Parts: sequence; structure tokens; C-alpha cells
Amino acid sequence: MIAALVDLSHPGHYLHWGFIQLSVANAVVILLMVIVFALAVAVPFRAGRKHR
Amino acid sequence: MSDTIRPAPAGPEPVVDEAGDSAVAGLAEPVVDDARPLPGDERMWSARLRGAAMRALPPGKLLPDRQPSYVASWVYIFGVLTLAAFVVILVSGAVLILKGPSWWHLSTTGLFFNSIHLWSVELFFFFMVLHLWGKFFMAAWRGNRALTWMTGVLCFVMSIGAAFTGYLSQQNFDSQWISTQAKDGLNSVGVGAFFNVLNFGQMLLWHVLLLPVAVAAIVGLHLLMVRHRGVVRPLPARGSRTGRHSAGERPAVAGTATAVADGGDR
Repeated sequence: MIAALVDLSHPGHYLHWGFIQLSVANAVVILLMVIVFALAVAVPFRAGRKHR
Repeated sequence: MSDTIRPAPAGPEPVVDEAGDSAVAGLAEPVVDDARPLPGDERMWSARLRGAAMRALPPGKLLPDRQPSYVASWVYIFGVLTLAAFVVILVSGAVLILKGPSWWHLSTTGLFFNSIHLWSVELFFFFMVLHLWGKFFMAAWRGNRALTWMTGVLCFVMSIGAAFTGYLSQQNFDSQWISTQAKDGLNSVGVGAFFNVLNFGQMLLWHVLLLPVAVAAIVGLHLLMVRHRGVVRPLPARGSRTGRHSAGERPAVAGTATAVADGGDR
């Protein structure tokens, strides 16, 4: 299913900013990490047992 | 040779307690119920080491039932997620070791375990970096936690080496490409003679033995340091002049073990 969405049979795509070269795959992972980190900070933790 | 049975040499008289159990006189005192050494044994290395370990990590601190209330945040989850991914890496890696390269390249089950190994590594680094971000932004080295921080750094660096040697151990064109590219960089800094990325046997042993053992040892030390110093509390709210919680502001702490683990952040 994923393979049909993302064709892996060709060279990867890269982003370029001056001397910085970053693959799109790595950029996606970094973006995911930022999103997960922001959610971890923002989303309240489910309350467990009442503390004494 | 005589076939007669000689009597046992005379020794201490056995002591028989009320339950009928006997023990040699002088050793009848229970020694396993108390971590304190017997009189005269205080200077023995085993007694001193045991005493130091008990003082640093009493059972309630080593495995506490409760955590401070500020730990109830998703940011504190990333460490244990990293640990869970590490366990999956070790288990899937052990299966790959048992079955060998032709299995993980050619059979569907082998490909599945190969993928499990790869994606658990991806998650391991994903969560470890998130754990690093969280601890960096809350300055988790506060409160004599420098060794906890440094063992985490060491774990991160060694994990990169473990992942790198893993890529070299795939036994495919990808690993050949990576190794031939890496050799020039490593030779340029003078370590190629000791760490030869073109030597598959050497790289495989680094990957399946030396580095996993080293990472596991450092992870274990990291966890012990976390239990010893406790989980770092969040930074004080903006506007706090002292940077510390007063007695009234101090987050609720539940349980005695928590109070020990709390440790302080000064």
C-alpha cells in the first residue's frame, strides 16, 4: 500500500539550502519529530490514579 | 586400602532449633535477612560494596511505586519508549543472528524480522532524540545529574556506531556502497587500521557483540543514575525569582519512594 503511494524505485529527492543538503525522507522524519514533541508538550496527560 | 569408614573429624556441635533444623554452631545466626555485615566483617570489600549499593539505591528507590506528580506528562514518556524500542532491537537482532544473512534476505519471515529490526532502530533513534530534546529544554543535568546526562550522551554516540555497523552488516549492495564511502572518511582521521569498514567479519562482530553489550551497559548505568538521582523536575514557571519551588509551590509528591526519588534539582 505504502509502496504504491511512494515509489522507491528511483533516486531520492533532496532539498538544498546553500551548502545544506537534506533528503526529503529525513525532512519528513524531522517534521514528524517536531510535531510529536509539540503534541507531547501540549496534550494533557491522562490522569491516572488519584495521588494521595 | 582399608574399606572401613572413618568417623568424621570432630567439629562444632550441631545446633538444633525448635523446628528440628540443625545448623553448625557459630553459623546459626541468619545472615541473609540483613544486609549489615557480621561483626568483624565490616572491612571486607563485599560488605563495603553492599553497603554503598544499599545506601545509593535502596529497594524503594530502585523500583518505586509512584512518581512525582510532574512526571504525569507525555514528555516523560520518550525515555521508556526508547527503552522499549531497544528491547525489540535486541530480540529481533538475536533472531537474525540465529538464522543468518540468507534467511533474512530470501525468506519472507526473514524479511519480516529484518524489517522489525530496521524499524525498531528507527523508532529507537526517533524517541531517543525526542527524549534528548525534552531533557535539554528542561536542563535535566541539574541537581547532580551530570553523570545521568553524560551516560545519555554516551549511549547516543555508541548507538550511532551500532547503527552504522548494522548498515555495514546487511550483506547487500547498500552495505557495500556505505562501506566504500565510509572507508575514506575513516582513513582520513587515522582509524581505518583499527576499524576497517571493508572487513565484514570485524564490522559484524562490532555490531552483534561489542556495541550491543556496550550500549546495554550504558543504558543500565543510565537507568540506575535516573533512579539514584530521581527524575528531574520541570524548570520553574516564568517570573519565579529564585528558580526554586517554595514549600507551598512544590509539586505534590505521592509516596515515600517518590520523596526519595525526588532528589531535588539544586
